[in-house]
Parts: sequence; C-alpha cells; structure tokens
Amino acid sequence: MSDNKNLIVEGKLAVNERIKGESNFLRGTITKDLGDDLTGGFTSDNFQLIRFHGMYQQDDRDIRPERLKQKLEPLHNVMLRARLPGGVITSKQWLAIDKFADDYTSYGSIRLTTRQTFQFHGVLKPHIKLMHQTLNAVGIDSIATAGDVNRNVLCTSNPEVSHFHQEAYQWAIKISEHLLPKTRAYAEVWLDGEKVETTDEEPILGSNYLPRKFKTTVVIPPQNDVDVHANDLNFVAIQDNGKLIGFNVLVGGGLAMTHGDHTTFPRKADNFGFIGLDDTLAIAEAVVKTQRDWGNRVNRKNAKTKYTLERVGVDVFKAEVEKRADVMFSEPKPFEFTGRGDRYGWVEGVDGLHHLTCFIENGRILDYPGKTLKSGCKAIAEIHPGEFRMTANQNLVIAGVPGELKAKVEALALANGLMPQVSQQRKDSMACVSLPTCPLAMAEAERYLPDAVTEIESLLAKHGLADESIIYRITGCPNGCGRAMLAEVGLVGKGPGKYNLHLGGNRAGTRIPKMYKENITDVEIMAILDELIGQWASGRQANEGFGDFVIRSGVIAEVIDSAKDFYA
Amino acid sequence: MSNQQNFGPGSVVDPNQLNQITQAIAGLNASQLTWVSGFVAGLAAAQDPNAVNIASSATTSVAEPAGSLTIIYGSQTGNAKGIATAYQAKASEAGISAKVVSMADYKPRQIKNETHVAIVVSTHGEGEAPDDAVELHEFLGSKKAPKLPNLKYAVLGLGDTSYEFFCQTAKDFDTRLATLGATAIVERVDCDVDYDSVAAQWQDDVLAKIKDDLTAKTTHVPVAPAANSATVASIYNKKSPFAGTLLTSQKITGRDSIKDIRHIEISLEDSGIQYQAGDALGVYFLNDDTIVKRILGAYNLNEDEMVTVGEESMTLATALTEKCELTLSYPTFIKALAESTGDKALSTLLADKAALREYLVPRQIVDIAIDYPVKLTSQQLVDACRPLTARLYSIASSQTEVEDEVHLTVALVEYEEHGFVHQGGASGYLAKRLEEGASVKVYVESNDNFRLPSDPNTPVIMVGPGTGIAPFRAFMQERDAQEAAGKNWLFFGNPSFTQDFLYQTEWQSYVKSGLLSKVSLAFSRDQAEKIYVQHRLIEQGAEVYEWLQAGAHFYVCGDANHMAKDVEQALLNIYQTHGKQSADEAKQSLLALRKAKRYQKDVY
Repeated sequence: MSDNKNLIVEGKLAVNERIKGESNFLRGTITKDLGDDLTGGFTSDNFQLIRFHGMYQQDDRDIRPERLKQKLEPLHNVMLRARLPGGVITSKQWLAIDKFADDYTSYGSIRLTTRQTFQFHGVLKPHIKLMHQTLNAVGIDSIATAGDVNRNVLCTSNPEVSHFHQEAYQWAIKISEHLLPKTRAYAEVWLDGEKVETTDEEPILGSNYLPRKFKTTVVIPPQNDVDVHANDLNFVAIQDNGKLIGFNVLVGGGLAMTHGDHTTFPRKADNFGFIGLDDTLAIAEAVVKTQRDWGNRVNRKNAKTKYTLERVGVDVFKAEVEKRADVMFSEPKPFEFTGRGDRYGWVEGVDGLHHLTCFIENGRILDYPGKTLKSGCKAIAEIHPGEFRMTANQNLVIAGVPGELKAKVEALALANGLMPQVSQQRKDSMACVSLPTCPLAMAEAERYLPDAVTEIESLLAKHGLADESIIYRITGCPNGCGRAMLAEVGLVGKGPGKYNLHLGGNRAGTRIPKMYKENITDVEIMAILDELIGQWASGRQANEGFGDFVIRSGVIAEVIDSAKDFYA
Repeated sequence: MSNQQNFGPGSVVDPNQLNQITQAIAGLNASQLTWVSGFVAGLAAAQDPNAVNIASSATTSVAEPAGSLTIIYGSQTGNAKGIATAYQAKASEAGISAKVVSMADYKPRQIKNETHVAIVVSTHGEGEAPDDAVELHEFLGSKKAPKLPNLKYAVLGLGDTSYEFFCQTAKDFDTRLATLGATAIVERVDCDVDYDSVAAQWQDDVLAKIKDDLTAKTTHVPVAPAANSATVASIYNKKSPFAGTLLTSQKITGRDSIKDIRHIEISLEDSGIQYQAGDALGVYFLNDDTIVKRILGAYNLNEDEMVTVGEESMTLATALTEKCELTLSYPTFIKALAESTGDKALSTLLADKAALREYLVPRQIVDIAIDYPVKLTSQQLVDACRPLTARLYSIASSQTEVEDEVHLTVALVEYEEHGFVHQGGASGYLAKRLEEGASVKVYVESNDNFRLPSDPNTPVIMVGPGTGIAPFRAFMQERDAQEAAGKNWLFFGNPSFTQDFLYQTEWQSYVKSGLLSKVSLAFSRDQAEKIYVQHRLIEQGAEVYEWLQAGAHFYVCGDANHMAKDVEQALLNIYQTHGKQSADEAKQSLLALRKAKRYQKDVY
C-alpha cells in the first residue's frame, strides 16, 4: 500500500470536488439563495450542496416547455428525502408528515422509496425551512440522504422475527449515526441553530466528503428485500440459535451506469468475510475511509466503490480495510437469499404483536378515487400505538399492532384500499419516481408501471401462467433507483417512450441482467415478452423462473463478472 | 420631419439625381412615400447626424474587425457549455475575442446583429431541442425569423448514435440558418457520445476559417436601413389606423393562475410607425360575433337590415360588430332607448340615477338587451349606441429591441353571466378571437408625461404591479440598448410567485446582466397576510429615499383607484419617515418631484 500512485487517480479534480471543498462544510451560500425571491431555485453550487441536506432541486417537467413560452422559469421546487434508518417511523411522526404533505407540497403525497424512506415532492423555496423545522420537531432529519455521503441505511423489514429485526434495526441506526456528517451546517441553515465559533471537523468523511454516493444496508437472510448488490456496503446478519452473532460484510455493489459509457456498469458486491458484532462500526468506518481516500475524484462516473474495487483489486481494498480497522475478516458464514418480496397481510411476531404489510403501488401514498391510501394511513396512525415500517420495496408495514386493535386496524386498511387484491405480478413489479419531477429521468417509470403490469398480467394469462410472476422493474434513467439491474426483466429509460430492455436477473437478486435490445418502445418490449413468455411456458423446468429460463435456453448470456461480460 | 425641407429640389441634389429619385418613387402611394421619407432620413442620420447630403451609394467602407464571434450553446447537461467555454479560450489564443452565451440567455432577435456564430447544441429525447434551446430553435424556424445574409455560422451537434434522431437539433439549426441565407463556415459536425477529439477538430477548422474572415482589412457592407426614431412621423393615427399583423398572443400567467394575462406582439412592418418607451398603443377591435347575434336575437332584428352610421350605410350586423360600443354600458343607451321607444320600464330605470348606475356597472349592452327586450328599429338601436373607440394599452417594448414590432401586456377580461361568456372588447379580441397572422388596426398615442430621464445616468424606480409592468419592460429594453449607466429598481406585484410573475425570465436575465439593480416583489396571496408593492416601498423606505435624494425618477403604472393612491401614500410616508418631514412638507416634496417631471404616472 506504500505505492499510492496506483491507488489514487491523479488528474484535474471533478467540479463537485471544488464545490464541496469551497462549501465550508456544506454551508455554501444556501442562506443567501433562500433570500433571493427572484427565483424559486438555487444557484449552481448550492444546487449540488442542498443534496447533502437531503434535497434535490426539481421542477414539473410536464409543464417546462409551457412555462418557457410563458416567460416563467421552470416550476422549481425541492424534493426531500428523509433519513429513516430501517424505514421506521412512529405514528406521531406519521401524522406530522401527513399534514405537511397536505399543506405545503404541490403533489400532496407521501412517496415511499426504494431507499426505505419517504419523499416529499414539490416543496417551494419559501417553505423549505418550515419543512425541516416541522420534521425536526418530531425527531426526523434529512441529513446525508443524498450527495456524496453514506445515505439512509436500509434494514430488512421482515416482521416475523421481531426481536431479531429489532437488533438489526438498532445496528442500522448505529451505523447511520456513526457515518453521518458532523458539520453543524444542517442545524444552522435550516433550523436557525446557533452559529458556534468552532471549526467543523469531519473525522470520517473528510472536508471534501466522499467521492460519490455511498449506500449501506443491514440484511437478514434469507430475505434480500434491501437488494444487497445495489449497495456499497452490506452487513449480512448471521445468527446462531436465534441470536445475532455478527455479520458477513459485502462490499462494492452498485447499479448505476451511464448510457454509452462502457467504463460504467452495474456490479455485484464481494463478500469480504465475517466479523463479530463488536467490530461492526470499525469495519463500516474503515470501508468508508478507504473509499474516501482511494475513490476516483477525477471522474465522477467512475467514482463509486465498485470501480475502486475493480481498479485496486478486491484483495488490496480488503487488506486496507483490515489494516485501518485493525480487524481481520474470518471465513464468510454460510447464508442464502431466497427472495426479495414483502410478505403481504398479517403476521404475528414472536412477541405476540401483529404486523400488517400493505401493498402500495409505486409507493405513492395519496388519496385516489376509491383508494384513499393517505387518509387510511392517517386514520390508522391516529389509533395505532406502534410504528410504521417502510420497506425497500416501497411498501408499508403497520408494525406492532396489539391484538385488541387488530380488527380495527384491518377495518381501516380494508376501507381505504390498503389491502388490495392484486396479482403476484403486480407485487413483484417496481418503478422509480421518474417523470414529471425527477430531473434525471429519460423515460416514464412510475406513471407507466401500472399499465405495463396489466399488460404483463394478460401475457402471463394468455400463456397459462396466471399464477406465476416475473421480477419486473422500470427505472427512468441509468442511475437506477428502480433497481432494474437486479430484475428478471429490467427496463432502463433511454428517451421518451424508449427503453433498454435487460433480461436474465434472478428472483433472489444475485444476478445482473444483460441488455437484450437497445432503445425500443413499450410496444416492442411487450411483443418480445409475449414471445419469450410463450417459450418459457412451454419450455420451463419445474419452478424455473423466467430469468433462469432465458439464460438456460440461450436467449441471453449470463452476466458472471459484469466488469468483463456486461457489455460483451 | 424638419429634415425633409432640406431635401428640396434644386438645393442639394442635381437635376440628374432628382430624376433618378423621381423614377425610384414613381407609383408609390401616400403612406409608402411617407415611409420612404423616413427611411431616407434614417440613412442620412446613420451616415452623419447633421447630414444635409444624401448618400449616393448604399454601401460604405468600414474598418476591421468586420465582425465578432459569438459562441451559443444549448444542452441538458454541461457538455455543450464545456465545449463552448473551451472554444472561447482557444479563440482567444488565436487572437479572436469571442462571447459565450447559453441559448437560455440569448435573445433570439439578436441573431441578426451577429456576424459569426458558432452553435454547440445537443438533442433531447426524440429529436426535440433541449429546453434551453427551444426558444431560439423555434424562432429560427418561425415566420418571425429575419433574413441572415450576412451571417456566417458553424454548428456542432452533440448526440448519441443509438438514438433514432441523432443530432436532430443540430441538423435543424443548420438547415434553418441556411434557409435564412446564412453561410456555413464549415460543414456541420455531429458528435457521438465520445466527442472530445471530434469537437476539438471542429473548433480548429472553424477557427482557421474565421481567422481569415475576421482579419480582412476592409470590407464593403450595406448600410443597415435603420431609420432614426426621431425623424419619422407616421401618417397613421387614431382616425387612420395602421393595419398591423398579430404575431403572437401568448398567455404569460401559469396554468394555475387566477388571471389570464397575455403577451401580445404586433408587427408594424412597412408602416414607418415610430414610438417611444412610455407611449401607448390604440387598438381597434371587432365585437364578438356571438354577442352581436345575441343582441339581434333579443331585439328580434334582422342582421341584414341597412342602417346609417355617420355618413356610411351598412348592415346592422356590420354596424354592431365594427361601429358600436357593446362591451361597456352607459346611461345614454338607456336614455336613447327609453326616448325612442317610450318603454315604461326603461323610463323607470332611467329616473333613479343611483339605481341606474348600480344596474349598469356589471353589465354589457347584451345584458341590457336581454333584460329589456323592447321593440325598436335597427336604426334606433344603432343610434342609441356610443361609437366604438379604440382601447389604449401601455406599450411593453422598445423599438431599439423589437424594431418594427410593438408589444403589449393585456389582461383578458372574461367571465360567464346569464349562461354565456362575456369578454372585454379589445382584450377578448387580442387574446382569444383574433388569430395569429390576422390584421389588427392600431395607432400610437404619444405620452410625453411618461418618459425615461434624458440623462442615462439618472437612476429610476419603477412601480408596476400587474399589467402595470408593461412600460417598464419597454424602459428596460431602451436602457439596455442605450447601455445606460443609471441604476434601475423595479417593484412588481401580483397574486402568486409561481403563476403570475410576468416576464420573470426577462427580469432574471436583466438582473444577471446587471441592468436591473434591484427587484422588490410583492406576491399578495403567497402568505396569510396580503402584501402589496406599497408595503415593499415602505419596507425599503430608507433606500428609496436615498435614491430619490440622488435624483432618481419615480414611475408608477397600473391601477389608478387603489394601487396608485397607496403608492403615493407610501411615498409621502417615506418623505416623512426618512426625510424627517412634516405631512405638509412631504406633500411639497412630492409636488416638487412631480414638477421636475421626476414623478410620473401612467395609471388607468
């Protein structure tokens, strides 16, 4: 490790490095921008910096051309992504966010996301501080849920093993807190916190923070609901006789790529080995610090942990982590992932409390005609003493319901459309937010998904597979929030109405699908799926999933080492 | 007009020249002749402001540099900007100073003043222009686009060959510029995802050619036929309006606005009409067909019956559409009807003045016809109507910017009553009933009581909430063209920031360029308590007072009944608070300000 030349990419630093470096620990001139009433947006540097505070500047892209003609700027607003390690939120907190969504967001919704948290969409600049103060009053913040930092830490939301979940969840909180930025910028800028005359320090993240986003999970096998291979750092819970004894540590997953740039690709995480519980935070810190120092700060497209591993080698990276943490990884403990979906409906935990998992299409909690999801959640929050858990599949668990309230909660859930009768296919389908709010979106995702699923349902029925399902995911751009790069059928937005079609992931989320056709329309995609589902129906082996079938039958090649074969 | 006297035959032109001139203008009608006189005077002024001689040739010699390079970029990502900026540096190394501008900040009309343009543009989705480029892209493809025979251009497209419409926007720019008569410096280059080396090569190629162009010693270029504004008087006036062309009727309030405010552009091409910032435009309109039909129906009259208006004979329908005031209501209409028909109910209504007034306020003539469908003749109806008059709108443009166009900011009056839609006369006409491309009769109403300071260094404070913003758009265009050094402070208000910030993007670019020093905004419905411009004036009182002490001119445009009075009260308040004046002294200060023509109002 003495030869730093190979470990650090030399060259002109990426623009974001200047922005971070000059930001005075993420303050920038955000406060000045808040006072500028000529625009609803932020200036370019602050546009980047507010992400570290959990917000993205967005606008309603549907009406962007119309407003340009009206000589009005785009309808700038911010999206806020809260920090909720493990997706856990209390009823009291729920009521507060429900009200804020009504009063101050243009879309009026609470959007559950694949990062196991919620987003507000459409908050105007004059209401941003109020939003943070409202959240702060109920103990929620949005620190580091975006930007080049360790983001919201995910945790399997399996409700059956409550005590085990509780332990894992506590680790998710500890890791999140440990890796959080220490700057007082958030408190000063948004909460009118006192300006303390001390120099900020970032002992873990450094004054330039990380080279790129960094994502962490705590996962309880056999569930892989958090999709470990989409994350930089994963702690796989290992138990012995029902007791958590430590973690296997998986490093370097990630799905983002850039269209047309073959130096970017989705990549699965590598198993570094097993550690005991006491070493958890030290290892987390060492992985982050190694990536902090070795990650590519010249080219942001190659800045994530996965590329650092490819460049320096997994062994070199792992040895550095061991050295920095002063912990040696032992042999990985055996574990297996069997699936990723949520268990819908009621389950009783070992503690005797009841948990209701509700299917929320697209994670969008809003009142629809005949489906008053938002009112339903609010009504439940008003009587429910427990908590809600957002899942990494964008669903909602009403957790810890005492026996005497179960009937009441169920009645409310039924009356408000929170327990819909939907097909397995719909449950196994997912989309990111995309248009009209996401500035990166290239094609529809959330708004297209419901109809797309209906079409796939009819294709399955047509080929006599109505009870089967395919892990089907749409993501509006190659950054991949919709995790299409771990689907059996994955669509990646390429342009309006056009997608790259990927095939060949598996149900457990341990295989990356390969591109089958580039830049094709929804109609072309359905025609291809019609053909392939037909082949699957006639040629499948017992219980063979669609993704396994297309590989075995040679429709598509298997991606084994994506650095080498994803584009091959 | 005084210049014309100097062109008298026998004094400055010889008989041969006079002959040539006479031949050239043979067959022109009166208005064309007037236009020519202005055109020629403009030529003279362009050559020498004190000219008594007329140029014998339409070309003149100009020294180098024969142009300049403007690099215009448009893209969703930063790639085009990066190339544009790098290109500027390269050009600079080659000794050519180039300007880099985003298409988002580029005024499309500026293109005709360019000599050399390099365009770097990406393509969005299915071959559409990226958001920043939409305006320029559309403009160059529209009928508004000017001919560009003197423009040399180069286009670099950024794209991705995996898309069907690879570099479509770049291709569009290329063809559109060529169609307008511009000359390509080099062939267009379309780059794929990996654009670095291709883009660099293109930069070098263009630069090599441009360098030749820009280092040419002397060239002959035609004199721009820009008429000097002061020298031309138009033959068009209230009695004899010009038939302009409606170019644009664009709603400029957002889709969720409670208001419908339009930006109107009218072409005055070939009219020779000149106006100044601060002037108003008189607009004649035709009444709404459907309203005319309802009136005919209510009185049970035949639209083809002939009537006399003044000395003209025409059908009743024509008279009602073109000659009668139908969208206002007035007591004389009731009076004339009561007298000519002897109708009792109308006489009763007429007797109580207060009740009559109250009755008339919310009504148009059609509503009266429906309420009192008396029996009357066509001629009686026409005689009862006031003659239709033009509506005056404060002009929202400066000819230094828009040349032969005139812009207005028009609030559409439209509401439903008695189960059908009522519109304002001119606003409904301009905003809804008249199609783009159709003709509209207009004339300029000069307003010498609303003028920018003659000294460009004098600061100005402009208070223009709602459509009161219009003349200040003209002021800023004018001051921008003058490169006036005086500071400019705009106060604007309307119901909501996101929906009603009229001309928001233009003010933003004026702030960016430094032309607008300050903008103070009052959006009344964006918070619990209503905030109006007068509140912002008082909040900023100390600085307003400072500006006034420094000689600032203070302008107010918009609603006369409430806003202008509240603003005046705010001004008095400022003199008292910050000038430590008594109420009387403050009044005197304001009077002095008005006498010095530093407090000007255009209120309605």
